[in-house]
Amino acid sequence: MERKYYNPQIELLPRKELKKLQLQKLQRVVRKVYQKVPHYKEKFKNAGVKPKDLKSLEDFKNFPFTTKEDLFVDYPFGLLAEPLEKAVRLHTSSGTTGKPKAIFFSEKDIWSQAKLIARSLFMSGARSQDILQNSMTYGLFTGALVMHYGAELLGMLVIPAGPGNTERQIELMRTFGTTCIHMTPSYALYVATVIQEKRLEPGKDIKLKRVYLGAEPYSEETRKKIEKMLKVDVFNCYGLSEMGGPGVGFECPAKKGLHIWEDAFYVEIINPETGEPVKEGEIGELVLTTLDRTAMPIIRYRTRDLTRFISEPCPCGRTHIRIDRPLGRADDMFIVRGVNIFPQQIENVIMGIKGVAQNYQIVLEGYDEMIVKVEIDRDFFDGRIERLLKLKEEITEKLRQAIQVRPKVELVEPGELPVSEGKAKRVIDKRTL
Amino acid sequence: MDYVEIISIFAENKPGKLEKITEVLAKENINILGFSIISVKDFGVIKFLVDMPEKAYQKFKEKGFTVAKIPAIGIELEDRPGGLYEVVKLISSKGVNIESALVYVAETRKKAYFVFEVDELEKAWELLKNEKVKFLKSSNFVNE
Repeated sequence: MERKYYNPQIELLPRKELKKLQLQKLQRVVRKVYQKVPHYKEKFKNAGVKPKDLKSLEDFKNFPFTTKEDLFVDYPFGLLAEPLEKAVRLHTSSGTTGKPKAIFFSEKDIWSQAKLIARSLFMSGARSQDILQNSMTYGLFTGALVMHYGAELLGMLVIPAGPGNTERQIELMRTFGTTCIHMTPSYALYVATVIQEKRLEPGKDIKLKRVYLGAEPYSEETRKKIEKMLKVDVFNCYGLSEMGGPGVGFECPAKKGLHIWEDAFYVEIINPETGEPVKEGEIGELVLTTLDRTAMPIIRYRTRDLTRFISEPCPCGRTHIRIDRPLGRADDMFIVRGVNIFPQQIENVIMGIKGVAQNYQIVLEGYDEMIVKVEIDRDFFDGRIERLLKLKEEITEKLRQAIQVRPKVELVEPGELPVSEGKAKRVIDKRTL
Repeated sequence: MDYVEIISIFAENKPGKLEKITEVLAKENINILGFSIISVKDFGVIKFLVDMPEKAYQKFKEKGFTVAKIPAIGIELEDRPGGLYEVVKLISSKGVNIESALVYVAETRKKAYFVFEVDELEKAWELLKNEKVKFLKSSNFVNE
């Protein structure tokens, strides 16, 4: 029988046992950072906790968060929990503050992350006979190198193509029969367009089966578009350098959310304002703790990425929790009439309504007034105002249910609002308080 | 079935919008025979009865407007007190609900039509077609 899981023992581990494993690993990590990292020791002291206070997973919420700012304390070596000589590789992540975040990997760390990648690729259906064209940037970013090691570990043939030079990308695909490719969504869309323009036939001239997309947020529509253009399966891949790069979260063939490998990461979702865990299924900020990392363990790292847990068991059988594709940044949150609102909540409602396009804008003005501008769908307009009024009422009511605030909805013409993907500036705050 | 087509355009309520819309018709030499504007605060719908409905529809579409065609029934009005009352009374006596309407003055002080939209056009037509009134036909005014 064909093997279905890369590591069935771990991937199918009952949740109760998975939690037991997590607690053991957490206790070890907490002890280690307390003993080896002065900055953590001080943070623990300020929070009034000691490693021995961690008796159950419940207790972990009393431990301090690590923020991006913490990574710049005693920079660049301050968070190392082992002597520098144990580190074998440096990766950095562009910081908005100027200095890049520096993340150190021991040899063990490199291979633990590679194992997660191998497991993820296997989950997507890739096997050792597959050929992976790795079209991410090789260098300081984790994206390409971490994927590279993982794919090699699985036994795939890796073509370290790097990004750009589309002609050569396509030539490589044709010559070597690339079956899997790893790239950013925007570049994938571009390459797919060029392949179409060249009238290359998917399945014949181009043998791609799977596309792994990461590093940038993108919509479900973009995924579907690429899947249709290239006749491939597109998998979401989530990671961040602070947590070791790609392989933190990965989609299984169900393509309904990303599994986070909970034997390697402890996952929490919190309200970014209060730091308290959100209610089940609610959107909040993803907080991650490395469970296996040796050189530079990080606990309760505030990723600033917004998502929610998908708690239902996955049809693939894996017990590891799923999260929704990251839905935006916690920094985008705004407060209206005392209620915390994420643009994504608005987007979710709007995407589920027939008759509107996907573009929207939120304007806050006057005395805590919230206006949601929505573009109508050209084909929805039948000439009658009644239909528009009904649509407006439907949007208002569904938004009120979702965010507990009744917004003023304005319908605008298609193409009227600024188009922006990813880190879009959707919220315009004109309030003067 | 005697019905005519009305051009309906979705428009946000902001200065210059009506100007841009009528400019399209003016530039294409399309004559406005009747119009109505319904506005609900932030947006509105502007409707025209024109002599070249198909051309008007295509031009608005090309220029990126959100436009639709709506069928409507037109009944001739007598130019005397109570003229509109009688037409409306007739329509309501048949249980037909008028959703929106405009007036087309075909000849000043002589001939005008009450042009109205209904929820179910065919049903309304069945109820009204045998009445002794003059219905407006596209061929009366369409020039394309």
